[in-house]
Amino acid sequence: MSTDPKTLPGADPHTGNREIDPVTGYDTTGHDWGGIKELNTPFPKVALAALALTVIYSVIAWILLPAWPLGRDYTRGVLGLDQQAMAEARLRNLTDLRAGWLNRFEDPDFAALSDDPALMALAMPAADRLFQDNCSACHGRAGGGGPGFPVLHDTYWLWGGAPQDIALTLQVGINADHPETRWAQMPAFDWMADEELSEVSDYVAAMRSGEADPDGAAATLFAENCAACHGEGGVGGLMNGAPSLVDDAVIYGQDADTVMTTLLNGRQGLMPYWSDRLSDAEINALALYVARMSDAAGSTPSGATE
Amino acid sequence: MAVTATLTSTERQIGIAISAGLAVLGLAMAAVAKTGPMALHGGMALVLGLALVFHLGGALYDQPEPSARRQAEYYDAPTRFGIVMTLIWAVTAMGVGVWLAALMYWPEATPPVPATSFGRMRPVHTSGIIFGFGGNALIATSFYVVQRTSRARLADAVSPWFVLIGFNLFCVWAATGYLMGQTQSKEYAEPEWYADLWLVVVWVTYFALYIRTLARRAEPHIYVANWYYMSFILVVAMLHIVNNLALPVTWGAGESYTIWTGVQDAMIQWWYGHNAVAFFLTTGFLGMLYYFLPVRAQRPIWSYRLSILSFWGIVFFYMWAGSHHLHYTALPYWVQTLGMTFSVMLLVPSWASAGNAIATLNGAWHKVRDDAVLRFMFVAAVFYGLSTFEGSFLAIRPVNSLSHYTDWTVGHVHSGTLGWVAMIVFGAIYSLVPKLWGRADMAWPRAVEWHFWLAITGTLIYVVSLWNAGITQGLMWRAYDEGGALSFSFIESVEAMLPYYAARTLGGALFLTGAVLCALNCRATMRAAGDRVDEADRPLVPQPAE
Repeated sequence: MSTDPKTLPGADPHTGNREIDPVTGYDTTGHDWGGIKELNTPFPKVALAALALTVIYSVIAWILLPAWPLGRDYTRGVLGLDQQAMAEARLRNLTDLRAGWLNRFEDPDFAALSDDPALMALAMPAADRLFQDNCSACHGRAGGGGPGFPVLHDTYWLWGGAPQDIALTLQVGINADHPETRWAQMPAFDWMADEELSEVSDYVAAMRSGEADPDGAAATLFAENCAACHGEGGVGGLMNGAPSLVDDAVIYGQDADTVMTTLLNGRQGLMPYWSDRLSDAEINALALYVARMSDAAGSTPSGATE
Repeated sequence: MAVTATLTSTERQIGIAISAGLAVLGLAMAAVAKTGPMALHGGMALVLGLALVFHLGGALYDQPEPSARRQAEYYDAPTRFGIVMTLIWAVTAMGVGVWLAALMYWPEATPPVPATSFGRMRPVHTSGIIFGFGGNALIATSFYVVQRTSRARLADAVSPWFVLIGFNLFCVWAATGYLMGQTQSKEYAEPEWYADLWLVVVWVTYFALYIRTLARRAEPHIYVANWYYMSFILVVAMLHIVNNLALPVTWGAGESYTIWTGVQDAMIQWWYGHNAVAFFLTTGFLGMLYYFLPVRAQRPIWSYRLSILSFWGIVFFYMWAGSHHLHYTALPYWVQTLGMTFSVMLLVPSWASAGNAIATLNGAWHKVRDDAVLRFMFVAAVFYGLSTFEGSFLAIRPVNSLSHYTDWTVGHVHSGTLGWVAMIVFGAIYSLVPKLWGRADMAWPRAVEWHFWLAITGTLIYVVSLWNAGITQGLMWRAYDEGGALSFSFIESVEAMLPYYAARTLGGALFLTGAVLCALNCRATMRAAGDRVDEADRPLVPQPAE
């Protein structure tokens, strides 16, 4: 390429001067691409300095941290950091921090645990996180339940509402894969005659308000087919997963249509078991938290959702 | 003038042969697959191929031969088609985006069928914007720019049509495949093997056309915009081929296994993913910026040297940066360190481009004030600078520990795509549409001003709300109380998002409104096409007939 300025593109062939941009005072490079020209502005020093800074930053990072591959190994960095070890150390710190209060929950002496206000002040907010992250998707943020998912903040329980009962439910689940799971099934009564089904549905729907006729044919059908699990008069409380039919609480609904659906198809709700995901101490903290939900509801049960 | 009239009868015959080939390919795909997305996609190719055969066949003898003078003119018909497709994809994919944003706030606001579930529609939005909107805009403008800056006509008249129609077929295959549940599960590389193979053919044709046109240039040097466009075409081909290497389960179904495994697969995917951002969403659009901004401002590029520094800096550093997507994962620490440091070094070349563009406006600031089209390009350069700074910042490992997996990332991406990519595309479209449809100005000049303010307001609302959302999420997720337990449950961090998700939906809706206005404005301009011709806008040396 010629270095004679007079032969450069865009140069005046006599003086060698190129077009000067009146705004910036720089000459152009002489290129012209369909009307686009370029100024011959030198590199701004600030750009080179900034580039140098980022390179210095990078070199320092390469010296301090694991950075460049060396065949089967890599430069370890003078800080000797290892992300696996760092992550484990952080987890261990948190575990140690939690151990101060969480280990006390390994002993399920719930009365003693509840009587320690300092412990409760640390443990119950943590149990609330556990509840929200693990339980609330089905049972609701405040334990309000929903169709198919029992209310937890009232005083009605299928398998007992004492902390140790709740802890066992959490450990083994209901109809879950755990070998010792709590097991409950509402069988289908689809073999019943239509008019019998209809009578029982109306009877069960009326039980809640105490208006069911105790002498009708439906009462006999109920005694023969339902009372074994739901108790005489449907009062429940047999700790077998069959709910009371005379209180305010419902799981699937207690209007005649829903009862009919239940009778025709049966019900077999599933509560997963948590002993593989949560530690015993965490389960006990959570059990106490859930028990206290219904204690807070006190003697005035909040009753049913749906 | 009908498009077919721009082709000689020989070119029409070649077009018929290629279209017939496409129809046969479609028939074969449908026959082999019999059912499922691949069969439907084969049917689409069959119908498209037959339609083109009839369209070209009907014109074969009816349309007059193009004038011999055509070699002394630029070939802009493909660019016009590409702009129309850009607008269609813009409205469609941005519309899906606003729908998805609304679903974050109203999760039930979608018909209860699989095709309209969030997971299937999300890639329709991302692919529709990146490939449909961005890709068509890049191809259309690259044809325009390479001709002007080379002062040469496109090397032939058939391959630009093959590239554009083939590329849009790929985009439609992709979007409809997602809705039917077809995906490779690789982000931004979801289309299955047969669509990927088809894109390779299209892309190689594109690259060949570009190189052949450059080879005919009447200027001694190659303008920097063409370097950027070429890096876009070449590197996207490389990324696409490597990341999509896969074994089909059978030849009769759009299902495949990637050949990469484990953390290597993750690394290849994010080498692809980040360089898709680099070479699809950055270098191509820098090519656009380097042409349309100086032309609109009527100013020389501020610094030739800075252009060169930025180009090679961006091309070199970006290649290393992908691993910053995998901080704190199974990826070895040393790869993360390299990704982080190269991302930081990338900042200066990126800012050099943004600064070069902004400094080019020296002496033209009154035009930025008065001309909404130039203002689109100015704002694009500013957002390019902001987004690249944010990107380098987020790539720093400890910063990433806060931002990763949060909506900050989504906000960052949209600061780039709305603020930078879409703004420069709209600037280019408003420059091109009047010119290519023979008019002095858009049909509704005031609507351009409205579009600008809708777009900038929408972008700012969107980006600021997701910054807040992401930082809030990151801080809530990492907060522990004095007892070492999490301070917040996950659902609390979801509830905290509600105001931000509402605001981002509003921001997106404003941006979409502007895009719809743009599409209507362009349609009105196209319908009121004039016969203005710029006599100076011609190839420098008439090329010999093909």
